Amino acid sequence: MTATVFGLVGALLTGIGLFGLLARPEPLLRILAFNVLGGGIFLVFGAVARRGAGAGFAGDPVPQAIILTGIVVAFAATTLAVALLLRIASDDESDPS
Amino acid sequence: MMADGLIAAAILGVALATIASRGTFTAVALFIAYGLLLSFAWVRLGAIDIALTEAAIGAGLSGALLLGAASRVAGRGAAMDRRPGRAMTVAIALGCAGVTAALAAAILLLPDPAPSLAPQVAANIGATGLGNPVAAVLMSFRGLDTLLESAVLVLAVIAAWSLAPDDAWGGKPGPMQPVLADGPLALLARLLPPLGILVAVHVLWIGKDAPGGKFQAAAILAAMWMLPWMAGRVVPPPISARWLRVAVAAGPALFIAIGLAGWMTQGAFLAYPPGLALPLIMVVEIALTASIAIALALLVIGPPGRRA
Repeated sequence: MTATVFGLVGALLTGIGLFGLLARPEPLLRILAFNVLGGGIFLVFGAVARRGAGAGFAGDPVPQAIILTGIVVAFAATTLAVALLLRIASDDESDPS
Repeated sequence: MMADGLIAAAILGVALATIASRGTFTAVALFIAYGLLLSFAWVRLGAIDIALTEAAIGAGLSGALLLGAASRVAGRGAAMDRRPGRAMTVAIALGCAGVTAALAAAILLLPDPAPSLAPQVAANIGATGLGNPVAAVLMSFRGLDTLLESAVLVLAVIAAWSLAPDDAWGGKPGPMQPVLADGPLALLARLLPPLGILVAVHVLWIGKDAPGGKFQAAAILAAMWMLPWMAGRVVPPPISARWLRVAVAAGPALFIAIGLAGWMTQGAFLAYPPGLALPLIMVVEIALTASIAIALALLVIGPPGRRA
């Protein structure tokens, strides 16, 4: 039951994040929306992991480990996006043309 | 059940508010709350390892990074594109609703009983000497994923540094921080690091048998470096420093070396010799923690920029 509830929350978050990514023109909000979208995808996968509980584990540890990996990779992508954004902003500042 | 409903409603409310917020600061503050609420959901889903990672990296480090970015683009967070028109917004909303509906249908139509690799993990975890199944998957059964991921962090540092302007190349990373003589940040920057480092070592060590491990420990260590940096008490080394570059690459390089040794002696890349699995895993864990911590901190601090 818990797995289904959070799986559906993940589906909704994916839609919310995707909408923000496409409909908000501000770059920083797009980065945030991308992360909301990522959180939703991870939660869908986490619901699948929870349903695979067994052998004394609260969830299937294989998808859990992959989600953990995914969170770190998503963070690396976010830092790169922010670095790009700040570089573009500083170029706009020094070169108003 | 009640708790699930409340957490779910809170997550959805905060996510909607993030996407709809007017100011970037408000959006980032809501996003940090989103990350913390998500870690509650992970606890409810029985994934304590993920809950710790989400709180430390998804909410903590990301929050510090994004708040810094929000303050630096404040006032000129100008849109690079035009806002989509009304008809386009409706079309986007319909498309996103379709994606949500498809995912929701997939969740509701999942096979029962669910396929699971948990029995295989339980059957083979003894060979690794670890007690935490997620750590066993990360370091042994799916060790290649973890190796590639640690390489991704090295590549991210290289990519971020390559965004430095030409005249700042090789300089000190990140924006200059004013030295704070007093105030809460100056106090915390002196008070928290000894405790935080102790907590990080604990989280790393218990990660072999309980939720925890290198990523969570590395995130705490990175925060303990960033605190004194934000208070102006620590100046990060210039990115041309050789020891810094070696430190970022050392963990993944050691992991690759041990993987190749496994290929030579056991016939498979990343295979551990029987009986030596646990000591080798712990050596790699400790080396990766150090490299990941430095990489995470450097990614939050950012590339060298122009000096104002």
